[in-house]
Amino acid sequence: MVKYIGKRIVYMFITLFLIATASFFLMQTLPGSPIASYNKLNDTQKAIVEKKYGIDKPKPVQYAIYMKNLAKGDLGTSFVFKGKSVNDLLATRLKPSLILGAQAMVFGTIVGILLGMLAALKHNTFWDYGSTFFAILGISIPSFVFASLLQYWIASEWHLLPVGLWNDGWKSSVLPSLALAMGPLALSARFIRTEMIEVLNSDYIMLAKAKGANGFEIAFKHAFRNALIPLITVLGPLAAGLVTGSLVVEQIFAIPGIGEQFVSSIMTNDHATIMGTTLLFSAFLIVVIFIVDILYGVIDPRIRVSGGKG
Amino acid sequence: MTKILEVKDLELSFHTFAGEVKAIRGVNFDLHKGETLAIVGESGSGKSVTTKSIMRLLPESSAEYKNGEILFEGRDLTKIPEKNMQKIRGKDISMIFQDPMTSLNPTMTIGRQIMEPILKHQKLNKSAARKQTIELLNLVGIPNAENRYKMYPHQFSGGQRQRIVIAIALACNPKVLIADEPTTALDVTIQAQILELMKDIQKKTDTSIIFITHDLGVVANVADRVAVMYGGRIVEIGTVDEIFYNPQHPYTWGLLSSMPSMDLEDQKLYAIPGTPPDLLNPPKGDAFALRSEYAMKIDMERQPPFFKVSDTHYAATWLLHSQAPQVEPPALIIERMKTFKGSRYYVDQTGGTV
Repeated sequence: MVKYIGKRIVYMFITLFLIATASFFLMQTLPGSPIASYNKLNDTQKAIVEKKYGIDKPKPVQYAIYMKNLAKGDLGTSFVFKGKSVNDLLATRLKPSLILGAQAMVFGTIVGILLGMLAALKHNTFWDYGSTFFAILGISIPSFVFASLLQYWIASEWHLLPVGLWNDGWKSSVLPSLALAMGPLALSARFIRTEMIEVLNSDYIMLAKAKGANGFEIAFKHAFRNALIPLITVLGPLAAGLVTGSLVVEQIFAIPGIGEQFVSSIMTNDHATIMGTTLLFSAFLIVVIFIVDILYGVIDPRIRVSGGKG
Repeated sequence: MTKILEVKDLELSFHTFAGEVKAIRGVNFDLHKGETLAIVGESGSGKSVTTKSIMRLLPESSAEYKNGEILFEGRDLTKIPEKNMQKIRGKDISMIFQDPMTSLNPTMTIGRQIMEPILKHQKLNKSAARKQTIELLNLVGIPNAENRYKMYPHQFSGGQRQRIVIAIALACNPKVLIADEPTTALDVTIQAQILELMKDIQKKTDTSIIFITHDLGVVANVADRVAVMYGGRIVEIGTVDEIFYNPQHPYTWGLLSSMPSMDLEDQKLYAIPGTPPDLLNPPKGDAFALRSEYAMKIDMERQPPFFKVSDTHYAATWLLHSQAPQVEPPALIIERMKTFKGSRYYVDQTGGTV
């Protein structure tokens, strides 16, 4: 197990390196340059700025310098927020995004799982149709529509929670988290429902019944863990969905998070910040996938990695 | 002999999109203490449904008990509430399923799966239940039980898994053990071992067993009595010897004729022509009439009642009616009957015909 984890961590760094390389060169193909908006500068001044940020050098050299700094954990300096390092910039922005993402993920999957279980146990009844309808809504309506609706009714009409910004403690996080949670909620409800129905028809559930287990024991002791396995697989992509979803939702609620930062940095061709954010998102996703793989083994003994008891 | 289970006039239907499937159409049998009753018949004859209906394991949304009763210790199992049924399942009546590869929960250690009914029905504490689990594993022949009890089903072979399923079924010393084709999914050598194990256990515990199978070789090996099912009804019931050596129903003749035998080297193996009846629209008369070369006009019109052959042997065929013509069973069957005292073809080995 330890050996497996070690190997996976090495792979994670290689993946990150490849992503950094790919996005570095892809970014160079974007039209315009970081200083294209500096209209008031003449050519000499532009040359000075370029020299200062090191973008006058040939691309391979720039790449080498960037990777060298990256290895030290230095993401470079923002072109737009003058003199600020990308590390500092991301650090202040990371917290709201993480809080929103984590809350949405936890709330969405737990409520989704409960909804899916309810639908499966009350198969072909009002509860099933109700939760299925709800799940289809959740999948087909984009999160920014929910965001706007929540904002309008709960915040603006009924004044229950703040409309936006990040200055009212946990209250500020409720509405954006809810809007973000709709996707994972709907998806996990659908997954758990389908899987539970299949598991409930399996032979070992029949055997559990034949042992005298009651409805509750059958659902939670026997069926649930087996129904969870496919859901674990989609949790990784789901987390990725939350990251991209948060770009828009953070904009709507005017939350100073990473997503908002990412969008504005692309608008302004702020190369260092784009790189930094991309790498941060990638690292996040890679870690989530890693955790998912570990969870897999915890839940399903058949795919526990061999070669150790640790 | 004391009757432990009595099934009377049981009728059960499934409600499907195509309509009402009359899966069981009036089944009667008794189960005595300590005996093994085999239920045989081809696929779709209602063997499994009958036994699952005893344990009430059929989906409540589609299966409906239309008529009859299942008496266990004086209580009608078709009428008691689900809560009480849960106390009977796994404790008084337990079941072994057909496919050991899918009947164990893949994400639970086998120890926990065996312990579950013990903890549930016997009110033991964990360590006592654990001890009993290990004893059970030893009983069913899983070596090294102390260590293996913490393992998961995928770490066992098919035969071992069926042994574990048997251990689960035996956990609370059930009065009735229902084995639904327990050896069908296993290869032949393992089949023999599992049958031996079941016979051994029955000797030790005096459990009554209902053994479902379509393998007549297995029946001859394990059963005391045999019920032959066809089209949702029992068509003939009797002791093993009576069914094998003095069969009366044309369907039983067909079944026995299609059983491979060591004595017949070069002959083509017999197969019953046609297909089982459609239970969406069950036939009016004898369900087997359409496939039977012995069918008479009345077989198409009216269902035959049970005619008594001996105190233990009954068959539902109009051929046994006093007005029915004498027919010759297939030659193979006559050969069998020649060895059975009390059959009309009996040949005394020491002398002439009786």
